[in-house]
Amino acid sequence: MSAVTVRSAARTSARPVVGRALAFLIALALAFAVLLPVLIIAVTAFKPPAEINAFPPGLVPTSWTLGNFTRIFTDLPFARLLGNSFLFAGGVTACALVFDSLAAYALARLDFRGRGLLLVVIVSSLMIPFQATLIPVYQLVAHLGWVNTFQGMIAPRAADAFGIFLLRQFFVSLPRDLDNAARIDGASEFRVFWSIVLPNVKPALLTLGIFTFVNNWNDLLWPLIFTTDPEMGTITSGLTLLTGPSGILPYGTMMAGSLIAVLPLGLLFLALQGRFIESVATTGLKG
Amino acid sequence: MSATAQARRAYRAPAQLGGRPRRRRGGPRTARLASAFLLPALVILAAFVFWPVLSALRLSFTDSSGFGAEHFVGLANYVEIFTTPRILRTLGVTTMYAAMFTPLTIAAALALALLLNRKTLWGRGFFRTAFFLPFIISMAVAAFAWEFLLDPQIGLLNYWLQSAGIHLGNVLQDPNLALPTVVLVAVWKSFGFYMVIFIAGLQDIPGELYEAATIDGANAWQRFTNVTLPQLSTTLAFVTIFALIAAFQAFDQIYVLTGGGPYRTTQTVVMEIYQEGFKKLDIGLASALSYVLLVITLVLSLIQFRFFNRREEAIAG
Repeated sequence: MSAVTVRSAARTSARPVVGRALAFLIALALAFAVLLPVLIIAVTAFKPPAEINAFPPGLVPTSWTLGNFTRIFTDLPFARLLGNSFLFAGGVTACALVFDSLAAYALARLDFRGRGLLLVVIVSSLMIPFQATLIPVYQLVAHLGWVNTFQGMIAPRAADAFGIFLLRQFFVSLPRDLDNAARIDGASEFRVFWSIVLPNVKPALLTLGIFTFVNNWNDLLWPLIFTTDPEMGTITSGLTLLTGPSGILPYGTMMAGSLIAVLPLGLLFLALQGRFIESVATTGLKG
Repeated sequence: MSATAQARRAYRAPAQLGGRPRRRRGGPRTARLASAFLLPALVILAAFVFWPVLSALRLSFTDSSGFGAEHFVGLANYVEIFTTPRILRTLGVTTMYAAMFTPLTIAAALALALLLNRKTLWGRGFFRTAFFLPFIISMAVAAFAWEFLLDPQIGLLNYWLQSAGIHLGNVLQDPNLALPTVVLVAVWKSFGFYMVIFIAGLQDIPGELYEAATIDGANAWQRFTNVTLPQLSTTLAFVTIFALIAAFQAFDQIYVLTGGGPYRTTQTVVMEIYQEGFKKLDIGLASALSYVLLVITLVLSLIQFRFFNRREEAIAG
């Protein structure tokens, strides 16, 4: 016993500072490498074109300019795209939170025939990749005359199986006594749902909300195929159409646009940090 | 609630289906009430998930172009996929992509999770945030940054590599390097997510196991191979399948960086679905290819469910 103590004490005190410093330096170098693309966006956005195109290239600007930002707002309907992104991602998030929690409530706390089967059907739809149903979804939206409209953009994602499933797991774990007391007092089922059950799952709603907002804000494929009118695109699809293989935007303007595209989620992320990571890690497990 | 507990709850959850004690069924009143709560979500899912899945299957047996008459063509579209080298190759490209993406992402994520799991590391919180940051950036925007960094004339990364004697040239136009490059962009963006899952898994390993191994004289590498890896096996299996599924859906950064080129060396299945379905309007072929993707994903998901269940049984038993 004492031999073990001595050995482990020696192990921890012999080279602790060197080991710690080494681990720290490795982490620091890796962090720089990982953050380089983010850094290049942030710096290039403020660089004048002459400096961006100079050789050899450098990281730190010698002169700063806001010219790239004025260009992106004058050369593109950028304010419009920004607004569209907020409406699309925000709209999907709001709808999904309401519809998913309603459905999840029924699946978790109301006993009706066929509930188990319905749950299995909903959960198995998690295995269907969105990319595989893209064509019929587009056709349906087109058939409804909803191409280039917000309802057309939002409706296909206004409820989703994963959100229903996630919230159901939270609802199931709440004690039944909570709502039975309210029911005995004569509260309607909707009131029980809205004023008693929902406030108890706020963390789950926040989690699902962050996940849905991030996913839709960053999505490319759906806005890309869905909007034929450039005025109806999102930031992500709008920038992509002007860059990419047939790109016409100069790097400075592109980076200014990218910085603005990243900023809302970046700020949300820095403000919430741990909470945000937990959310994405929990919900990102969608298969 | 900790990240660990939440992550565990989410990925154990499928096995809990039907695991609750039975309750007395409600009557028709409950059924009516339940339908009211369920209606909006079920309408959306029926219209935009279940109907499209069936519709895509039907379209895959037709020569539909989205307009005019369409005819039943049997398995012709599937035959075309598996006999036309040009199209078959998109499956090969996607498999290559997955074969590079999955091990690289998992290795990077696990290495960084082990680094961040050291309780003595200075600035752990900062590093966790830094390594996770790429995950919240859209793949398209990440691709813009990488395009600029790799620009053969004025790209900073290209310049640094040249200074170090590595002359890569225009990687995005190089048939040998374009696919590895789009893979690296995806690894860069996603590893932080897998890292967080691994950290949760590492924190679940009982400390006594390491103490016991140390007493038995195991060195750091032996502790890793004999304690960490076996204890992480379920997380590893889960993460591997998850990464494979993600890899088979690769699209965004490829669309931005290479458009599928050069010479279709980065033309993945989803790129092909997009081009056949929305540019060439060969809806039948694109639908058949969608179903190939669906079946691949389904098989991977079913393997994943098996892992869940085995783990649940292990815990319950």
